[in-house]
Amino acid sequence: MNIAETVAEPEKLRRVVIEPLSRVEGHGKVTLLLDEEYHIRQARLHIVEFRGFEKFIQGRPYWEVPIIVQRLCGICPVSHHLAAGKAVDQLVGVDELPPTAEKIRRLLHLGQTLQSHAVHFFHLASPDFLFDYDDRVAHRNVVGVIADHPEIARRGVLLRKYGQEVIRVVAGKRVHGIATVPGGVNKALTVAERDYLLTDLDQMIEWGRDVIKRMRQAFEKNPGYFTDFATIRSHYLSLIRADGALDLYHGGLRAKNRRGGLIFDHLDYQRYEQVLREQVKPWSYMKFPFINSLGPEQGWYRVGPLARINNCDFIPTPLAEQERRDFMAMGRGQLIHVTLAYHWTRMIELLYAAEAIKELLHDPDLLGSELAAPLGPLAQEGIGVVEAPRGTLFHHYRINEDGLIEKANLIVSTTNNNQAMNESIRQVAERYLNGKELTEPLLNQIEVAVRAYDPCLSCATHALGQMPLVVELVEEASGTVVDCLVRDADGTIRNAEFPRVLEPGLA
Amino acid sequence: MSQEQSFTLDGQPVSFEDGQSIMVAARAAGIYIPHLCFNPEFKAHGSCRVCLTKVNGRIQASCATPAAAGQTVESETEELRDIRCGILQMMFVEGNHICPACEKSGACQLQAVAYYVGMLEPHYPHFYPRRTVDASHPDAVIDFNRCILCELCVRASRDVDGKNVFAVHGRGIHAHLVINTPSGRLGATTFSITDKAAQVCPTGTILIKHRGYESPIGRRLYDRQPVDVAGDVAQVPESQGGRRHD
Repeated sequence: MNIAETVAEPEKLRRVVIEPLSRVEGHGKVTLLLDEEYHIRQARLHIVEFRGFEKFIQGRPYWEVPIIVQRLCGICPVSHHLAAGKAVDQLVGVDELPPTAEKIRRLLHLGQTLQSHAVHFFHLASPDFLFDYDDRVAHRNVVGVIADHPEIARRGVLLRKYGQEVIRVVAGKRVHGIATVPGGVNKALTVAERDYLLTDLDQMIEWGRDVIKRMRQAFEKNPGYFTDFATIRSHYLSLIRADGALDLYHGGLRAKNRRGGLIFDHLDYQRYEQVLREQVKPWSYMKFPFINSLGPEQGWYRVGPLARINNCDFIPTPLAEQERRDFMAMGRGQLIHVTLAYHWTRMIELLYAAEAIKELLHDPDLLGSELAAPLGPLAQEGIGVVEAPRGTLFHHYRINEDGLIEKANLIVSTTNNNQAMNESIRQVAERYLNGKELTEPLLNQIEVAVRAYDPCLSCATHALGQMPLVVELVEEASGTVVDCLVRDADGTIRNAEFPRVLEPGLA
Repeated sequence: MSQEQSFTLDGQPVSFEDGQSIMVAARAAGIYIPHLCFNPEFKAHGSCRVCLTKVNGRIQASCATPAAAGQTVESETEELRDIRCGILQMMFVEGNHICPACEKSGACQLQAVAYYVGMLEPHYPHFYPRRTVDASHPDAVIDFNRCILCELCVRASRDVDGKNVFAVHGRGIHAHLVINTPSGRLGATTFSITDKAAQVCPTGTILIKHRGYESPIGRRLYDRQPVDVAGDVAQVPESQGGRRHD
């Protein structure tokens, strides 16, 4: 690939910025540096917002953490709630939850997976499938989908609503509810709640099957485009159940290399730091994780639906398993690296979530009364990992002897895909944009590539302490920048106008 | 035997006994006047000012104003609701009250009274004071961010528990809750979670350790009923979502 992540003399190149990236969660931008002949020399996905959760939960009681950190996100708060809840279980010495507690948490997680996948595909990504990439901007969105394909839009709304209802019934609210407590959950389901959730479920399963059928038809209609667009060969990481099944709530870590060989398998996620490392680059607030044994250049990987379907041996529900087999047949025994297949696998998981919800709702344990395990001795470290809709999510906390958070490390699903998203936009830039005069429809191709990953940029910005920061003091009336402080990647704080280095702590 | 005496509260006659405050008489008559620092088990404090009423045209704290025959008392008026709302808004911005993450959300009297008076936003700029969390005690946590200086814990510890664990230090805007030990740490005191002082906090300042969020959303004290019906969190048994130990 000729397009670099960093070129030698960027100041000599013309800069094109796509900002904000549309139809993704959170705020990000793509910058392209072009020479005079429209050859793209550098392409980067930047994450330009900063959240700071890892810092400001320091000093808080550990049992508050699952409630605080879910505020990272409005789409997948349940994943953060559960990952932190699992870490808290570790802190209070609980290795095994009562069946009711574990199944309630699983139900909650499946409800969230269903609603999150529905909102991404139907509300955000479906225009990429239903309309041409050079369709009018004003029409290339969910409003256009409602106008031209009202039945598809309606199904998307109702699928999301169903998932949200599962969350509301379990956690009390559709967004930012509360279910986990140390060692368990705070409620089981009533018979009336169970029956309510069963009411529309068969319809959701049917719609899940239908959207996969439509997805297949879209791929078959234009196979060259779908298989090549933004496609990169990568390693894959996900949780996996002990028997190799897809499991979104719990399991060991499995990483496969580009050829499908195992890098590690059924690895206890308590040891994640031994196999994963994170790199910070000065131009993004999002960290760059990599598989330690392969190094930062070769060790980047992908997570999320495509990774999970590539990694698992089977899906434990019949309809989704059949869809998985049909999908994997496309690769003739090899892994499938097709980036746009993220959408396809996302819908397979939506179907799985609906089927698994049905199985759980028929399980009498959901109505049980043993909600939490007895607490054991307090541990100093807790690590919780789940498969969030967008991929593997790590929450790692260390507490002091009083039970207050001392240190937190979050590797958020989208962060895992950081390098992959950058690789994909470079591929698209090189293949579709290079040497052409850039137009809005061409730039939209970049967004289509990023959108395939369903990135949640607001979740993923935690490179605290290492990223450069610029603080400007602006006079309100005139808008004049009165002062400007810069913290460089090495931690040096300097005044931008008067290049004197300030003592640490003075800024 | 003394003759029955009464005053009017929002036009309704309220009888009282000698020595009763307007607040106590109103409570006995089943009429709610919003309050935070008042607790019928303790001597009136008159510090939070949320229970302000208009007595014969003059604004006074109903918990600290003796009832008198023939008084005309106003409580549920727009003017008083606005004043109470302003007082609550100042309480919210003076501390760090992050309701979405607070364990007492839904069972917090401060939050419930704010809802009762129709407070929808903080209005004033937040002070964002730098306050700490004291988790040195094996069974309890003090989150100073949430203290509104009602002094109920001070009074309960001093007058009921006989331990004098808490005190308020400083004056005016610098007033803050302290722990009465040389180290200033709760872990160095004889405080116990069975103390009366652990049961009276109207906010989430004093918390039991290792527990939290056990009441599901929708079933918490003030999810079920507003504060004028459910009553003070300190008066409701723990088994029903309050703080009082049965």
